[in-house]
Amino acid sequence: MALVNPLPVEPLPAYAIDDASGLDLAAVRADFPILSRRVHGRRLVYLDNGATSQKPRAVIDTLLRYYEEGNANIHRGVHFLSVEATEAHDQARNIVQRFLNAASANEIVFVRGATEAINLVAQTWGRANVKSGDEILVTAMEHHSNIVPWQMLCEEKGAHLKVAPIDDSGELILEEYKKLIGPRTRIVATTHVSNALGTVVPLKRMIEIAHSRGVPVLVDGAQSAPHMRIDVQALDCDFYAFSGHKVYGPTGIGVLYGKHALLEAMPPYQGGGDMIASVTFEKTTYKKPPHKFEAGTPDIGGAIALGAALEYVNQLGMDRIAAHEHDLLAYATEAVGAIPGVRLIGTARERAGVLSFILDDVHPHDLGTILDNDGIAVRAGHHCAQPVMLRYGVPATTRASFAVYNTREEIDLLVQGIQKAREVFA
Amino acid sequence: MPEVNDLYQEVILEHSKAPRNYRQPATTNQSAEGYNPLCGDHFTVYLDVEGDSIRDIGFQGSGCAISRASASMMTQLVKGKSRAEAAKLFEQFHGLVTGEANGNGSDLGKLAVFSGVCKFPARVKCATLAWHTLQSALAGTQEVVSTEDDQ
Repeated sequence: MALVNPLPVEPLPAYAIDDASGLDLAAVRADFPILSRRVHGRRLVYLDNGATSQKPRAVIDTLLRYYEEGNANIHRGVHFLSVEATEAHDQARNIVQRFLNAASANEIVFVRGATEAINLVAQTWGRANVKSGDEILVTAMEHHSNIVPWQMLCEEKGAHLKVAPIDDSGELILEEYKKLIGPRTRIVATTHVSNALGTVVPLKRMIEIAHSRGVPVLVDGAQSAPHMRIDVQALDCDFYAFSGHKVYGPTGIGVLYGKHALLEAMPPYQGGGDMIASVTFEKTTYKKPPHKFEAGTPDIGGAIALGAALEYVNQLGMDRIAAHEHDLLAYATEAVGAIPGVRLIGTARERAGVLSFILDDVHPHDLGTILDNDGIAVRAGHHCAQPVMLRYGVPATTRASFAVYNTREEIDLLVQGIQKAREVFA
Repeated sequence: MPEVNDLYQEVILEHSKAPRNYRQPATTNQSAEGYNPLCGDHFTVYLDVEGDSIRDIGFQGSGCAISRASASMMTQLVKGKSRAEAAKLFEQFHGLVTGEANGNGSDLGKLAVFSGVCKFPARVKCATLAWHTLQSALAGTQEVVSTEDDQ
């Protein structure tokens, strides 16, 4: 689709790019073609990165090149293109391994996204290890994707879902968490960063506590992988799930990391081609992980483009990205928080990527429409985290969520938009 | 380019702040719940139906300005109407907010202020939630109406 009336890339005002990150923001923005699109006649201000991030030229070009020049099925052919595609796919797995600092590329399973990764663990590890009367512990700030798969498993097995509570600021209450890990707890499934509140949980401590009682931990990293350096070995988490499309990659591709011994012992997820060692009508034997969990032709182009996205992140430097986003979040928290009638939802000491708030007398949906009319994209709703909304007694919030290409100037436009909404509803 | 003032007309803002018939009539004999799972809007429409006539109507719940104002003005419009008249009004209203009809020659009266909704397609469901709920209450079905079930 051609861009509608693309705007020339405009120089950014000095204050908008003057933060401590050391990133060349004007150059970063030029990497993302969509940022020159007009929406309702205005330059797009994209602040819905928690839902999905935009894609840099490098990722778009990789997809294009794969389909124009490199398309073939993997692990099948003796022909040139198949070998080339297989190598590129393997290479993408290696890039993911390095991105997470996993011990081996065999611990990286390609899936559709964080949701499928969690479902995979619930349906394989979970069905093999969770029994009637057992308990699964989640936190009060999970996305539905880290609640519902476990509820389905609990229903099937007669197990119980336990919920570690949060305080009013949106921080996990570690003492309560500790108490909830009992002799029947089989797994802890926790978010790393809350998509609705932005809270960064004390993950290393949580994992230590769980492990001291012999309980494995699955981490929903959908909102952490885009914003901070991830080291699954340093964390010592047992599973880590993330979605490619939130970290500048395409939709439809994501990753499940699992410790090799766990993956090895787990039954397969889906059956089909590419996951088998041999098949007869009497008996099928399976490949070793990760292939055991990758039945059928995978999203080859998506995986290769995810590799390009993570390379792009590496090139900018995750520490620089994190520093810039931290600056944006601090700037936005102060500027939005200072608007009369604004109540911030989620004020944990450590947050990443997300500013969630409500505005007196203006419903988030109405605010979302007024902002959209000025070309500002935010999310208005329950953010697939209805229990969080219930915890704060609000039906919905407005959420601005940030990526590397956002600027302080865009936050100023957000603030102006909120002021405008206040005037409309005055 | 649509302007937000096309959507947030003065009458709509006024009804959203002070919705009419925001109550459960004492003689309620039919009701239904309507829910928009995408944004969390949630209303109950209460009816006092006698024979073919909507003798009284009220609503309660929470939602955005468009959904509240639409529910409020709907209750004023359909009170005293027959089932068939209410169904016809819904059809006309639906045509208005989706841009399929311009409202000329309709019986919608001051509900014509919702014509701006058609320029904001993301908000059509907000405007029609109460009407869908009314339809369900009249039909006497016990299921919660969801804006997402028929899409």
